Amino acid sequence: MSDQNQQKDANRKVVKKLLLATVFMFGFGYALVPLYDIFCDITGLNGRTSDKAAEVKPVDIDMNRWITVEFTGSLNDNMPWKFKPAVSKMKVRPGEPSRVNYIAKNVSSNSIVGNAVPSVSPGQAAKYFTKTECFCFTQQELKSGEEKEMPVVFIVDKNIPKRINTVTLSYTFFNSPAATKEKSKVSMANK
Amino acid sequence: MSEDHHDHKPTGIGRWLFSTNHKDIGTMYLWFSFLMLFIGGGMAMIIRAELYQPGMQLIEPDFFNQMTTLHGLIMVFGVIMPAFVGFANWLVPMMIGAPDMALPRMNNMSFWILPFAFGTLISTLFMEGSAPNFGWTFYAPLSTTYGPASTDYFIFGVHLMGISSIMGSINVIVTILNMRAPGMTLMKMPIFVWTWLITAFLLIAVMPVLAGVVTMMLTDRNFGTSFFEASGGGDPVMFQHVFWFFGHPEVYIMILPSFGIISQIIPTFSRKKLFGYSSMVYATSSIAILSFIVWAHHMYTVGMPLAGELFFMLATMLIAVPTGVKVFNWTATMWRGSLTFETPMMFAIAFIILFTIGGFSGLMMSITPVDFQYHDTYFIVAHFHYVLVTGALFAIFAGAYYWLPKWTGNMYDETLGKIHFWISLVSVNVLFFPMHFLGLAGMPRRIPDYALQFTDFNQMASIGAFVFGGIQLLFLYIVIKCIRGGEKATDRVWEGAEGLEFEQLPSPAPFHSFTEAPEVK
Repeated sequence: MSDQNQQKDANRKVVKKLLLATVFMFGFGYALVPLYDIFCDITGLNGRTSDKAAEVKPVDIDMNRWITVEFTGSLNDNMPWKFKPAVSKMKVRPGEPSRVNYIAKNVSSNSIVGNAVPSVSPGQAAKYFTKTECFCFTQQELKSGEEKEMPVVFIVDKNIPKRINTVTLSYTFFNSPAATKEKSKVSMANK
Repeated sequence: MSEDHHDHKPTGIGRWLFSTNHKDIGTMYLWFSFLMLFIGGGMAMIIRAELYQPGMQLIEPDFFNQMTTLHGLIMVFGVIMPAFVGFANWLVPMMIGAPDMALPRMNNMSFWILPFAFGTLISTLFMEGSAPNFGWTFYAPLSTTYGPASTDYFIFGVHLMGISSIMGSINVIVTILNMRAPGMTLMKMPIFVWTWLITAFLLIAVMPVLAGVVTMMLTDRNFGTSFFEASGGGDPVMFQHVFWFFGHPEVYIMILPSFGIISQIIPTFSRKKLFGYSSMVYATSSIAILSFIVWAHHMYTVGMPLAGELFFMLATMLIAVPTGVKVFNWTATMWRGSLTFETPMMFAIAFIILFTIGGFSGLMMSITPVDFQYHDTYFIVAHFHYVLVTGALFAIFAGAYYWLPKWTGNMYDETLGKIHFWISLVSVNVLFFPMHFLGLAGMPRRIPDYALQFTDFNQMASIGAFVFGGIQLLFLYIVIKCIRGGEKATDRVWEGAEGLEFEQLPSPAPFHSFTEAPEVK
């Protein structure tokens, strides 16, 4: 009988370890999410740019190079807006802050809140592309028929590799139904 | 407490519902897998019937998508995995000289979760809207933003399957680590036990990640999180990374136990010891470890940086080395052996050849630049059916023929077994080989229609499919016939058989075996 009990104790120990391993791996699955983001942020893979405003540093401009920055804007399906950049491209000096406007218009009959998600290509350029001001940092609300100019101020880092001469900045506007509902509740309450 | 039941079997339905006997639970796993084989196979027949001709013939495109999705999920989680767990239940205790599995009640529970898991999954076919229709890989946003309402049932089903597999593998590991007979050192264990030990560790490492990814889907769909939703800062490509972090080890979970089965069968019918036992153990472990660093070869086309593509390409190619060691060892075991060709041996030899073909097409796809052509074509379909049907499923057939006499006490009908083998062998190649050509010519997978020039090869594949599907009914008949009677099997069963289950137990194996630990030399 004591043999059996010993066996049971030994089994219980292994089971405990294995259950811990299971819980750990479940956590690891979730940990992959921030790890993925950190990995993309550090390496600038996936065309991700920082979603926070960069500090404006003392101006240190490389007057020997031109970088062409192209702009595109697109809408996720089920987003009833019109959205495009005011200019399709501009030439900038690395290190110099530049400003570009996007123009968005809500063509639906409802007030809508949207989120803009930026992406830079080529992906390697993403970590040399910083924004000091951007409509993508916050949610944007447009009332029915409203048109708005949305500014972006960006700096192309002067350390950007020599082989990159053209950078494309693209925004996709997503409809954010949850936020729209929230806002309309607030405005109803204010009435 | 329960020392009084020597060879007393519980009777009636209770014997099965409340069973804690590893042999009964193993039997239930195997029958469950068999039932699922016919359900999943029936779906494959529907797919092949629709693809017999170009244009839309029999079913709606959306139903076609549901069929490919459920066929994949059922075959992976409902047929191959439970069949191997069934083998593990039957054989691991007998092979290591243990009286039963270490945790018999948990064993019962991990089996009985399965019918509910698959009941939930299959019930989605009868729900309003549609069953899951996004492919067995359930990529976001197809399964999140665009998934039908029934996706939540699918998620619940996957959770249940995960719990069942994790409990099953905990049981296998505890049994192998703690219950071996005195003298049965780790390096004396039969290779089948080794491969299952490693498989169980893989399951514990990746099934929780699968549970995590479906939980993220669940909260994305219902509770406003944005793991995979770009408008909320998530990323659908991340879904693929997390899914394949589970998915690649998963494909080895489906093949390692079959390596074990083949490594038991080849020496028996070659009447020689397995060539390179320890290199087999190390090769299996290296395959398992490498499986964690190759996942992105499933997604070369998502736009990874060059360094990433190179890393995953080279790591993937590296896996060919331990796999090559295995194939070499099996061949070397047969070399100058005194071979006989009973049905299990025939399936085992077919496994080696056809699995190697599947391995080679895998090697082709590991090369990043050419994979851009193969990606999401029928070439991929050909590849994974070669490794899963002529690989895993053939190993299951081989193992079933090999151990059926030990399980039932009766020999199966050798003539019928041979017929089953030859018709399966020919038809499975007629079914899957043309798919290589279709894929190289550009036919995409998961599409119910195709361009006219693909008609001939598709008709060949469909005819092969109907024959291969139909002949499995003969296998069902052979198994039933063997259970009901036939020539009595000797205790050794096969002239060259080795291992505790053949050397120290009668045929059929008694309900309770090794209540006294056997002596291991």
